Amino acid sequence: MTFDIVFWILAVIAVVSALAVVVLRNVFRAALAMMLCFFMIAGLYASLGADLLAVVQVLIYVGAISILIILAIMLTRDVWQASRPSAVGIPAVIAFLLFGAVLVFTLLKSQWNTGTLPAPEPTTAALGVALFGKGGFILPLEVSAALLLAAVIGAMLLIREK
Amino acid sequence: MSVGLQHYLILSAILFSIGLYGAMSRRNAVVILMSIELMLNAANIALVAFSRYLNPPVLTGQVFALFVIVVAAAEAVVGLAIIMAIYRARKTVDVDKVNLMKW
Repeated sequence: MTFDIVFWILAVIAVVSALAVVVLRNVFRAALAMMLCFFMIAGLYASLGADLLAVVQVLIYVGAISILIILAIMLTRDVWQASRPSAVGIPAVIAFLLFGAVLVFTLLKSQWNTGTLPAPEPTTAALGVALFGKGGFILPLEVSAALLLAAVIGAMLLIREK
Repeated sequence: MSVGLQHYLILSAILFSIGLYGAMSRRNAVVILMSIELMLNAANIALVAFSRYLNPPVLTGQVFALFVIVVAAAEAVVGLAIIMAIYRARKTVDVDKVNLMKW
């Protein structure tokens, strides 16, 4: 029962703050709402027994990406007054409602092979084995390291003064 | 009805739709990037929920979510760099005014 209450609190705050991100005119406040939403999602990960992912979410999203976005907002000055809705406002609302309705309908209709086994906790060691162990995800891991390096170099190249 | 897989999946669908709406309806490029991050997070919730509830329980969903976080970080870095470059060249981050390559 406590689990249900925690889930509903986290879910409601996450949805409300996500709506605030796309509705608020002030971009800085939208970024703060996004931070709150990421924090609630970290709580949802914790409620799913994904302890490492919850910590990673706080470190990467709440810590790094949100700060990066706030920095970008402060560097691009004209964003302060306006994030006006664009001309596709009404079609966007229709597409949003249709897409969401279809997705929720499909999810409600689907049958899932769910188990009642408890979550494997703690997950850190098991995730390490899954990533680095034999038959694990070592190749995607190396590729993602190369991707991060390429992203950093590419960003520096884009930002650099002439 | 106690909270189960479907609750998490529907929450994920709602967050994804909100992100989609934001990405389509806003003009500010930074807000569009924030909406994309929301969509990636929504997909992550679904992945972790599958990893927790499906039978037999495996950690592959969490591994995939980790890779999604890595790619999202790279995407945010490059996206913000592009936005800064556009701002430096055009003094705007309004995507309706950056339509040089639009058909």
